[in-house]
Amino acid sequence: MPKKSDLMPGTLDMMILKTLTRGPQHGYGIASSIKRASDDVLTVEEGSLYPALQRLLLQSWVKAEWRSTETNRRARFYTLTAAGRKQLGLEQSQFENMIAAITRVMQET
Amino acid sequence: MNPFSRFFKKLGTLLGRERFNNELEEEMSFHREQKEEELRAAGVAPDAVHRTAMREFGNTTRLKERSYEVMGFRFETIFQDLHFALRQLRRSPGFTLTAILMLALGIGASVAIFGFVDAALIRPLPYHDPTRLVDVTESAKMFPRANLSYPDFVDWKKMNKVFSSMEAYTGSGYLMTTSSGVEPVAGARVTAGFFRVLGITPILGRDFYDGEDQPGASDNVIATYQAWQERFGGRKDIIGQTVRLDGKPNTIIGVLPATFQFAPRGKAEFWATVHTLTQCEKRRGCHDLYGVARLKDGVTVQMALADMISIAKQLEVQFPGTNRGQGASVLPLSEVIVGEIRPILLVLLGGAALLLAIACVNVSSLLLVRSEARRREIAVRGALGASRARLTRQFTTEALVLVFAGGLLGLLCAYSAMQVLLRLLSKDMLAYMPYLGGIRLNLHVVMFAAAIALMAGVLFTATPVLRLPLTQLRDGLTEGGRSSAGTFWRRFGSNLVVVELAIAVVLLVGAGLLGKSFYKLLHVELGFQPDHLATVQVVMPESNYPKDPQQVAASREILRRVSSLPGVKSAGFTTVLPVNGNGNTNWIRFVGKPYNGEHNEVNQREVSADYFKTLQTRLIAGRFFTEDDDASKPKVVVINKALARLYFPGEDPVGQKMGDTELTPKSIREIIGVVDDIKEGTLDSETWPAQYDPLNQNADNYLSMVVRTSQDERSVLPALITTVRQFDPGMGVFDEATMMQRINASQTAYLHRSSAWLVGGFAALALLLGVVGLYGVIAYSVSQRTREIGVRMALGAQQSSVYRMILKEAGRLTGVGIVAGLVSSIAAATLMRKLLFGIHTWDMSTLAAVAVVLGASALLASYFPARRAASVNPVEALRAE
Repeated sequence: MPKKSDLMPGTLDMMILKTLTRGPQHGYGIASSIKRASDDVLTVEEGSLYPALQRLLLQSWVKAEWRSTETNRRARFYTLTAAGRKQLGLEQSQFENMIAAITRVMQET
Repeated sequence: MNPFSRFFKKLGTLLGRERFNNELEEEMSFHREQKEEELRAAGVAPDAVHRTAMREFGNTTRLKERSYEVMGFRFETIFQDLHFALRQLRRSPGFTLTAILMLALGIGASVAIFGFVDAALIRPLPYHDPTRLVDVTESAKMFPRANLSYPDFVDWKKMNKVFSSMEAYTGSGYLMTTSSGVEPVAGARVTAGFFRVLGITPILGRDFYDGEDQPGASDNVIATYQAWQERFGGRKDIIGQTVRLDGKPNTIIGVLPATFQFAPRGKAEFWATVHTLTQCEKRRGCHDLYGVARLKDGVTVQMALADMISIAKQLEVQFPGTNRGQGASVLPLSEVIVGEIRPILLVLLGGAALLLAIACVNVSSLLLVRSEARRREIAVRGALGASRARLTRQFTTEALVLVFAGGLLGLLCAYSAMQVLLRLLSKDMLAYMPYLGGIRLNLHVVMFAAAIALMAGVLFTATPVLRLPLTQLRDGLTEGGRSSAGTFWRRFGSNLVVVELAIAVVLLVGAGLLGKSFYKLLHVELGFQPDHLATVQVVMPESNYPKDPQQVAASREILRRVSSLPGVKSAGFTTVLPVNGNGNTNWIRFVGKPYNGEHNEVNQREVSADYFKTLQTRLIAGRFFTEDDDASKPKVVVINKALARLYFPGEDPVGQKMGDTELTPKSIREIIGVVDDIKEGTLDSETWPAQYDPLNQNADNYLSMVVRTSQDERSVLPALITTVRQFDPGMGVFDEATMMQRINASQTAYLHRSSAWLVGGFAALALLLGVVGLYGVIAYSVSQRTREIGVRMALGAQQSSVYRMILKEAGRLTGVGIVAGLVSSIAAATLMRKLLFGIHTWDMSTLAAVAVVLGASALLASYFPARRAASVNPVEALRAE
């Protein structure tokens, strides 16, 4: 099982932002989405989501509010802000550039 | 991203910390519950659900901390460190208190002394561009810095090419007429531009005009601020008022600023010009002035001196009779003002610095011992994930807390010490050291304290951190760690105590030498009996006693009345009291002896007939004066042994004749007696040749009375004053003191005494700290070796051999410390040679005494740990491991 440190630095933040483009979500929901979307490959240490969320809150890329879930439980939902969306675009293009570069290096024979 | 909104978010988190934590906790527990449900749904065994959820979530506490770190300020972790440091320090109050007190002591002592150094040596003199001011005087064989004669001053001022201005000053005293009679006041006489050369402008009225110091100018004076306040109540209309000085009306034309100070004439209240020249100032051969000048741009003191020397040479050729052998001296003005106190202050500062060094070394070794004792704690914290940086920061915080507390307390000590030391200075002494008046905790002093604290902080951080090699962190958890600690300690830690002991030796030797110098100084051969002697100054106003006959008659009558006072055995007058200072000299030549034109300079005193009897000075040959040796008889003189030895080796001087350099007939006197060498100069000065003329043949109106009493000499002082006042209320009579008081209060005695006491105090503290340090080292070593000692005793070692083992270790450290200290103290004593009197820098008895004192104290300090070692119960010692 890959640990958090095995993720490329900064990718967790990016994936959280990406997950939130599909609408507001609480911490557990974000963790489950990432896990599901990656076919269980990226199983982050789930708790490490929270320091990352604080980081995003501090930068105003997400905002948080307490709401009720479908099961009527109180949970903190995170919503992507406009600045967060812009940041996601930036990080995604940087990430894609890097992956492309790494791929080129790896495919060289 | 806007840094402001980030800041406010952080601030919000800080203020709403409780809420932040609660929300995070709720969020996380929601997460875990959802997780558990998911796991249950996936069919995980019920007893494994909770554990798996926890594992997948991660370390909750750590994650909370990390979340908080994101939202928290950096300084909050510093608060955590601080909080922890305070808790740690509170847990060992003995260590904390000792460390803080030692630091406070070291910092307090050095800062207090630095306050004096700053006031005297660092702060510039309060004049315009003070570094360009120089003291200009003539110099003679016996006076490297002599006085300047007025005619010479006028020529020097005219001929020099190195000064932009040159002025002169001299002291004077006046009898000031007040509503309640006459009162002596100190004054000064200056040339017209004196205040301008210093860059001082009166705050009221005006300065002297150019030419106001020439004959015929009116009698104008400038008052000091203090005189204005105390004598005239600070009234604005003081300008133009008259003050009667020596019976003559003087107009006050100005008031000097409150900040004005001029140490050489510290007590002067009224400043007049030299417009009426004294008898002395009319002669080129009589010296009573000092010059002060401002160097032209680009001129150095050496260049100025060279110019003055060449002028002095020209005058020597022009006026061989008066100027032969009269050279020149040019010194920075600051040298004249603070030159004498500088070596003392530097020695004291050195002493304080050594004390500080001992204190720091002591605290360092305490910290080392503590870090040894905390190895396991450090190892545990390291194993739990504290990084090296985090541990370092923790030690730094602890060290800084100690230094901060010690520094603050030290500043407080320094402040009190400064006040106490200032109060120990007599008012007279302060008048001549006005620069000390400004001593307080100013910016310089506080910055100095901060610099010391910073250095101490770095040292104390470095000490335990040096003991923190990361690879050893793990060893701390295992038992094997201890042996490496032991060797490290023995190599480094215990050597610190050698440094401490060596420093203590240096301070003890310094104190011993200074103390012995002071003792020798007070027991120097005076040539008279200083106990049971009362003295007082008497000034006859020249208006009522203008000529010798009136003065002689008055002095005879005063002595007659004083001698008949109860408890008075005899009384006499002199023009200058003994132990006052060499000076008031005369140039002499002998009838019938070859003369090469050189100036034979001797002290000259005019004394009454019973003067020698009153002092109980021994007569070596011939006779004393009698009352009959008056103006109607041939002129006579008594000389001292030094004069007889120098000019009449192997001859009988009695019956020989001497006179001035020209052997003017009216100057010829017959030598009628030789007396023992009276110490005319300061206690530490050489004895000069001296001549004593009968007061009845050469009267004066400014006299010092000496009275030999059969009872306590202090008790007759008031009667002396009333007797003179009853004789003539118009006479000045002041400055009453016993001879012993005068000697003890003389600047020489004062400076030697204060340096001996202060260095003695430092040394006592150093001894205490050094011995405590040794005790600490030996006690620690014993505690480390308890097991070893137990084994030895189990194998049959006697108590005595355990004692021997421990005392041998202490003895080695002490021995090395003493030897190193003795070697360094000889070097240190060379540095303070100037302060020593009558002993060598390698005074054997002092060195031996110090070695014995320190050795005995060290033995005592190591006896207690040795006894504990010897009483170790081998069974318990072995079981304890």
